[in-house]
Amino acid sequence: MPIGVFGLLVAVFVVGLGKDPTLVPSPLVGKPAPDFTLPRLDDPSQTLSRSDLIGKTSLVNVWGTWCSGCRQEHDTLVALARDGGIPIYGINWKDDQQLARQWLTSLGNPYAAVGVDQDGRVAIDWGVYGAPETFLIGPDGTVLYKHIAPMTQDVWQEQFLPRIAAAGAGQR
Amino acid sequence: MTRIPRAFLLVALLLGAQPGIAIDTDPKLPDPVQQATYERLTSEVRCLVCQNQTIGDSSAPLAADLRREIREKIVAGQSEEEIKVFLLDRYGDFVLYKPRFKASTAALWLAPLLLLIAGGLGLGRIIRRRSALPVPADDDEPPTAAEG
Repeated sequence: MPIGVFGLLVAVFVVGLGKDPTLVPSPLVGKPAPDFTLPRLDDPSQTLSRSDLIGKTSLVNVWGTWCSGCRQEHDTLVALARDGGIPIYGINWKDDQQLARQWLTSLGNPYAAVGVDQDGRVAIDWGVYGAPETFLIGPDGTVLYKHIAPMTQDVWQEQFLPRIAAAGAGQR
Repeated sequence: MTRIPRAFLLVALLLGAQPGIAIDTDPKLPDPVQQATYERLTSEVRCLVCQNQTIGDSSAPLAADLRREIREKIVAGQSEEEIKVFLLDRYGDFVLYKPRFKASTAALWLAPLLLLIAGGLGLGRIIRRRSALPVPADDDEPPTAAEG
Protein backbone atom coordinates (compact mmCIF):
# COMPACT_ATOMS: atom_id res chain seq x y z
CA MET A 1 0.00 0.00 0.00
CA PRO A 2 2.67 2.63 0.87
CA ILE A 3 4.66 1.60 -2.19
CA GLY A 4 1.56 1.99 -4.33
CA VAL A 5 0.97 5.51 -2.98
CA PHE A 6 4.63 6.38 -3.56
CA GLY A 7 4.47 5.04 -7.10
CA LEU A 8 1.35 7.09 -7.80
CA LEU A 9 3.02 10.25 -6.51
CA VAL A 10 6.10 9.61 -8.63
CA ALA A 11 3.88 9.16 -11.69
CA VAL A 12 2.07 12.45 -10.97
CA PHE A 13 5.37 14.30 -10.50
CA VAL A 14 6.96 12.84 -13.64
CA VAL A 15 3.98 14.00 -15.71
CA GLY A 16 4.01 17.37 -13.97
CA LEU A 17 7.72 17.93 -14.59
CA GLY A 18 7.23 17.55 -18.32
CA LYS A 19 4.71 20.38 -18.43
CA ASP A 20 5.55 24.04 -18.87
CA PRO A 21 3.54 26.10 -16.37
CA THR A 22 4.02 29.28 -18.42
CA LEU A 23 1.85 27.87 -21.20
CA VAL A 24 -1.74 28.75 -20.51
CA PRO A 25 -4.34 27.16 -22.81
CA SER A 26 -6.25 29.78 -24.75
CA PRO A 27 -10.04 29.77 -24.47
CA LEU A 28 -10.09 31.32 -27.95
CA VAL A 29 -9.15 28.10 -29.75
CA GLY A 30 -12.22 26.87 -31.62
CA LYS A 31 -13.93 30.26 -31.38
CA PRO A 32 -14.20 33.09 -33.91
CA ALA A 33 -11.13 35.32 -33.96
CA PRO A 34 -11.80 38.56 -32.05
CA ASP A 35 -12.79 41.55 -34.12
CA PHE A 36 -10.20 44.28 -34.52
CA THR A 37 -9.15 47.17 -36.70
CA LEU A 38 -5.63 48.53 -36.45
CA PRO A 39 -3.67 51.16 -38.38
CA ARG A 40 -1.02 49.63 -40.58
CA LEU A 41 2.65 49.97 -39.75
CA ASP A 42 3.69 50.86 -43.28
CA ASP A 43 0.84 53.28 -43.89
CA PRO A 44 -1.25 54.48 -40.90
CA SER A 45 -3.97 55.74 -43.24
CA GLN A 46 -4.75 52.10 -44.09
CA THR A 47 -6.00 49.48 -41.67
CA LEU A 48 -5.62 45.79 -40.94
CA SER A 49 -8.80 44.20 -39.64
CA ARG A 50 -10.46 40.87 -39.02
CA SER A 51 -12.10 40.90 -42.44
CA ASP A 52 -8.63 40.76 -44.03
CA LEU A 53 -8.20 37.29 -42.50
CA ILE A 54 -11.36 35.78 -43.99
CA GLY A 55 -11.33 33.53 -47.04
CA LYS A 56 -7.99 31.80 -46.53
CA THR A 57 -6.02 30.10 -43.80
CA SER A 58 -3.59 32.57 -42.27
CA LEU A 59 -1.25 33.18 -39.36
CA VAL A 60 -1.52 36.08 -36.95
CA ASN A 61 1.79 36.73 -35.25
CA VAL A 62 2.08 39.05 -32.24
CA TRP A 63 5.52 40.64 -32.01
CA GLY A 64 7.56 43.60 -30.84
CA THR A 65 11.13 44.73 -31.28
CA TRP A 66 11.52 44.59 -27.46
CA CYS A 67 10.83 40.86 -27.50
CA SER A 68 13.87 38.59 -27.76
CA GLY A 69 11.82 35.55 -28.73
CA CYS A 70 10.54 37.53 -31.72
CA ARG A 71 14.09 38.06 -32.93
CA GLN A 72 14.68 34.32 -32.48
CA GLU A 73 11.73 33.32 -34.62
CA HIS A 74 12.11 36.04 -37.24
CA ASP A 75 14.18 34.05 -39.72
CA THR A 76 11.72 31.16 -39.45
CA LEU A 77 8.84 33.52 -40.22
CA VAL A 78 10.69 34.91 -43.22
CA ALA A 79 11.24 31.34 -44.46
CA LEU A 80 7.57 30.45 -43.88
CA ALA A 81 6.42 33.56 -45.71
CA ARG A 82 8.52 32.43 -48.65
CA ASP A 83 7.66 28.69 -48.67
CA GLY A 84 4.83 28.17 -46.20
CA GLY A 85 2.03 28.96 -48.60
CA ILE A 86 -0.15 30.96 -46.21
CA PRO A 87 -0.05 34.69 -45.44
CA ILE A 88 1.30 35.93 -42.10
CA TYR A 89 -0.31 38.97 -40.55
CA GLY A 90 1.54 40.81 -37.82
CA ILE A 91 0.28 42.60 -34.76
CA ASN A 92 3.00 44.92 -33.53
CA TRP A 93 2.37 45.00 -29.78
CA LYS A 94 3.21 48.05 -27.65
CA ASP A 95 6.24 48.91 -29.70
CA ASP A 96 8.15 51.88 -31.05
CA GLN A 97 6.90 52.14 -34.65
CA GLN A 98 10.16 53.63 -35.88
CA LEU A 99 12.09 50.67 -34.48
CA ALA A 100 9.49 48.25 -35.84
CA ARG A 101 9.87 49.61 -39.39
CA GLN A 102 13.67 49.48 -39.11
CA TRP A 103 13.45 45.87 -37.89
CA LEU A 104 11.47 44.83 -40.97
CA THR A 105 13.78 46.74 -43.29
CA SER A 106 16.96 45.23 -41.91
CA LEU A 107 15.79 41.68 -41.07
CA GLY A 108 13.30 41.13 -43.86
CA ASN A 109 9.52 41.46 -43.81
CA PRO A 110 7.57 38.20 -43.58
CA TYR A 111 4.21 39.94 -43.10
CA ALA A 112 1.44 40.40 -45.62
CA ALA A 113 0.46 43.37 -43.42
CA VAL A 114 1.23 44.58 -39.91
CA GLY A 115 -1.28 46.31 -37.64
CA VAL A 116 -0.05 48.57 -34.86
CA ASP A 117 -1.50 47.87 -31.41
CA GLN A 118 0.02 50.77 -29.56
CA ASP A 119 -2.07 50.67 -26.39
CA GLY A 120 -2.41 46.89 -26.18
CA ARG A 121 -6.22 46.72 -26.38
CA VAL A 122 -6.39 44.34 -29.32
CA ALA A 123 -3.79 42.13 -27.62
CA ILE A 124 -6.07 41.85 -24.58
CA ASP A 125 -9.00 40.89 -26.83
CA TRP A 126 -6.82 38.17 -28.30
CA GLY A 127 -5.77 36.95 -24.86
CA VAL A 128 -2.12 37.73 -25.58
CA TYR A 129 0.16 37.64 -22.56
CA GLY A 130 3.65 36.99 -23.87
CA ALA A 131 5.06 37.69 -27.30
CA PRO A 132 5.77 36.00 -29.56
CA GLU A 133 2.39 34.35 -29.97
CA THR A 134 1.19 32.89 -33.24
CA PHE A 135 -2.45 32.13 -34.02
CA LEU A 136 -3.63 29.90 -36.83
CA ILE A 137 -6.83 31.30 -38.32
CA GLY A 138 -9.12 29.24 -40.54
CA PRO A 139 -10.79 30.56 -43.72
CA ASP A 140 -14.01 31.25 -41.80
CA GLY A 141 -12.15 33.29 -39.18
CA THR A 142 -12.04 30.58 -36.50
CA VAL A 143 -8.97 30.37 -34.26
CA LEU A 144 -7.63 26.88 -34.97
CA TYR A 145 -4.50 26.92 -32.82
CA LYS A 146 -2.31 29.16 -30.73
CA HIS A 147 1.42 28.77 -30.26
CA ILE A 148 3.07 30.68 -27.42
CA ALA A 149 6.85 30.84 -27.85
CA PRO A 150 9.09 31.42 -30.86
CA MET A 151 8.00 29.69 -34.06
CA THR A 152 10.38 26.99 -35.24
CA GLN A 153 10.40 24.65 -38.23
CA ASP A 154 9.62 21.75 -35.87
CA VAL A 155 6.60 23.51 -34.40
CA TRP A 156 5.46 24.44 -37.88
CA GLN A 157 5.67 20.88 -39.14
CA GLU A 158 4.28 19.15 -36.08
CA GLN A 159 1.60 21.55 -34.89
CA PHE A 160 0.63 23.81 -37.78
CA LEU A 161 0.85 21.77 -40.98
CA PRO A 162 -1.55 18.99 -39.85
CA ARG A 163 -4.10 21.61 -38.75
CA ILE A 164 -3.72 23.57 -41.97
CA ALA A 165 -4.29 20.36 -43.95
CA ALA A 166 -7.38 19.55 -41.87
CA ALA A 167 -8.76 23.07 -42.36
CA GLY A 168 -8.23 22.85 -46.11
CA ALA A 169 -9.92 19.44 -46.27
CA GLY A 170 -12.85 20.66 -44.22
CA GLN A 171 -13.43 23.47 -46.65
CA ARG A 172 -13.81 21.29 -49.70
CA MET B 1 22.33 51.39 22.31
CA THR B 2 24.07 54.51 21.00
CA ARG B 3 22.49 57.01 18.68
CA ILE B 4 24.32 56.09 15.49
CA PRO B 5 23.48 52.38 15.36
CA ARG B 6 19.89 53.26 16.12
CA ALA B 7 19.75 55.63 13.14
CA PHE B 8 21.42 52.96 11.06
CA LEU B 9 18.83 50.43 12.18
CA LEU B 10 16.04 52.82 11.27
CA VAL B 11 17.45 53.33 7.78
CA ALA B 12 17.91 49.59 7.37
CA LEU B 13 14.30 48.97 8.37
CA LEU B 14 13.04 51.68 6.04
CA LEU B 15 14.98 50.14 3.16
CA GLY B 16 13.37 46.83 3.99
CA ALA B 17 9.95 48.47 3.70
CA GLN B 18 10.43 49.22 0.00
CA PRO B 19 8.30 46.36 -1.32
CA GLY B 20 5.39 48.16 0.30
CA ILE B 21 5.58 50.95 -2.27
CA ALA B 22 2.54 50.67 -4.48
CA ILE B 23 2.93 49.53 -8.07
CA ASP B 24 -0.46 50.84 -9.04
CA THR B 25 -0.02 54.61 -8.92
CA ASP B 26 -3.21 55.52 -10.76
CA PRO B 27 -5.48 57.97 -8.92
CA LYS B 28 -8.32 56.47 -6.94
CA LEU B 29 -11.76 56.30 -8.48
CA PRO B 30 -14.04 59.02 -7.10
CA ASP B 31 -16.73 56.54 -6.06
CA PRO B 32 -15.54 54.50 -3.04
CA VAL B 33 -17.74 51.54 -4.03
CA GLN B 34 -16.16 51.47 -7.48
CA GLN B 35 -12.71 51.82 -5.94
CA ALA B 36 -13.43 48.83 -3.67
CA THR B 37 -14.54 46.77 -6.69
CA TYR B 38 -11.40 47.83 -8.52
CA GLU B 39 -9.15 46.82 -5.63
CA ARG B 40 -10.93 43.49 -5.20
CA LEU B 41 -10.59 42.66 -8.90
CA THR B 42 -6.95 43.69 -9.23
CA SER B 43 -6.11 41.50 -6.23
CA GLU B 44 -7.91 38.50 -7.76
CA VAL B 45 -6.67 38.64 -11.33
CA ARG B 46 -3.43 36.92 -12.15
CA CYS B 47 -0.75 38.65 -14.15
CA LEU B 48 0.04 36.05 -16.80
CA VAL B 49 3.45 37.49 -17.57
CA CYS B 50 4.69 37.09 -14.00
CA GLN B 51 2.37 34.33 -12.93
CA ASN B 52 2.78 34.51 -9.20
CA GLN B 53 1.65 38.09 -8.94
CA THR B 54 -1.75 39.69 -9.19
CA ILE B 55 -2.16 42.50 -11.67
CA GLY B 56 -2.36 44.85 -8.69
CA ASP B 57 1.15 43.82 -7.62
CA SER B 58 2.80 43.59 -10.99
CA SER B 59 4.73 46.26 -12.83
CA ALA B 60 4.52 44.39 -16.15
CA PRO B 61 3.09 46.47 -19.01
CA LEU B 62 0.33 43.91 -19.57
CA ALA B 63 -0.74 44.24 -15.92
CA ALA B 64 -0.96 48.01 -16.35
CA ASP B 65 -3.06 47.50 -19.50
CA LEU B 66 -5.39 45.13 -17.66
CA ARG B 67 -5.75 47.55 -14.74
CA ARG B 68 -6.67 50.27 -17.20
CA GLU B 69 -9.17 47.96 -18.89
CA ILE B 70 -10.78 47.04 -15.54
CA ARG B 71 -10.89 50.66 -14.41
CA GLU B 72 -12.61 51.76 -17.62
CA LYS B 73 -15.15 48.98 -17.38
CA ILE B 74 -15.99 49.84 -13.78
CA VAL B 75 -16.43 53.50 -14.67
CA ALA B 76 -18.61 52.45 -17.60
CA GLY B 77 -20.85 50.71 -15.07
CA GLN B 78 -20.03 47.07 -15.72
CA SER B 79 -20.47 44.64 -12.85
CA GLU B 80 -17.69 42.64 -11.24
CA GLU B 81 -19.16 39.50 -12.82
CA GLU B 82 -19.19 41.03 -16.31
CA ILE B 83 -15.56 42.04 -15.98
CA LYS B 84 -14.57 38.57 -14.77
CA VAL B 85 -16.35 36.96 -17.71
CA PHE B 86 -14.56 39.40 -20.06
CA LEU B 87 -11.21 38.22 -18.67
CA LEU B 88 -12.16 34.52 -18.58
CA ASP B 89 -13.25 34.64 -22.23
CA ARG B 90 -9.82 35.91 -23.23
CA TYR B 91 -7.37 34.37 -20.80
CA GLY B 92 -9.15 31.29 -19.41
CA ASP B 93 -9.58 29.98 -15.87
CA PHE B 94 -5.96 30.55 -14.94
CA VAL B 95 -6.44 34.32 -14.95
CA LEU B 96 -8.45 34.18 -11.73
CA TYR B 97 -6.61 33.26 -8.56
CA LYS B 98 -9.83 31.65 -7.41
CA PRO B 99 -10.93 29.67 -10.49
CA ARG B 100 -14.57 28.84 -11.14
CA PHE B 101 -15.86 25.43 -10.09
CA LYS B 102 -16.51 23.36 -13.20
CA ALA B 103 -15.58 20.00 -14.74
CA SER B 104 -12.03 21.01 -15.65
CA THR B 105 -11.31 22.54 -12.24
CA ALA B 106 -13.21 20.00 -10.12
CA ALA B 107 -10.06 18.03 -9.27
CA LEU B 108 -8.42 21.21 -8.02
CA TRP B 109 -11.31 22.03 -5.72
CA LEU B 110 -12.20 18.52 -4.54
CA ALA B 111 -8.76 16.93 -4.15
CA PRO B 112 -8.00 18.54 -0.75
CA LEU B 113 -11.36 17.40 0.62
CA LEU B 114 -10.92 13.86 -0.72
CA LEU B 115 -7.38 13.69 0.66
CA LEU B 116 -8.63 14.89 4.05
CA ILE B 117 -11.33 12.20 4.10
CA ALA B 118 -8.89 9.49 2.97
CA GLY B 119 -6.36 10.62 5.57
CA GLY B 120 -9.01 10.68 8.29
CA LEU B 121 -10.18 7.16 7.42
CA GLY B 122 -6.59 5.90 7.38
CA LEU B 123 -5.82 7.55 10.70
CA GLY B 124 -9.01 6.16 12.26
CA ARG B 125 -8.13 2.66 11.13
CA ILE B 126 -4.60 2.89 12.58
CA ILE B 127 -5.90 4.24 15.89
CA ARG B 128 -8.49 1.52 16.14
CA ARG B 129 -5.92 -1.19 15.40
CA ARG B 130 -3.43 0.20 17.94
CA SER B 131 -6.05 0.57 20.68
CA ALA B 132 -6.96 -3.09 20.24
CA LEU B 133 -3.37 -4.11 21.11
CA PRO B 134 -2.65 -5.01 24.76
CA VAL B 135 -0.85 -2.25 26.65
CA PRO B 136 2.80 -3.25 27.28
CA ALA B 137 3.60 -3.68 30.98
CA ASP B 138 6.53 -1.23 31.01
CA ASP B 139 4.58 1.56 29.24
CA ASP B 140 3.55 4.17 31.79
CA GLU B 141 1.67 6.35 29.33
CA PRO B 142 -2.07 5.82 29.50
CA PRO B 143 -3.70 4.82 26.17
CA THR B 144 -5.81 7.95 25.88
CA ALA B 145 -6.11 8.45 22.12
CA ALA B 146 -8.22 5.34 21.73
CA GLU B 147 -11.53 7.13 21.12
CA GLY B 148 -11.92 7.98 17.44
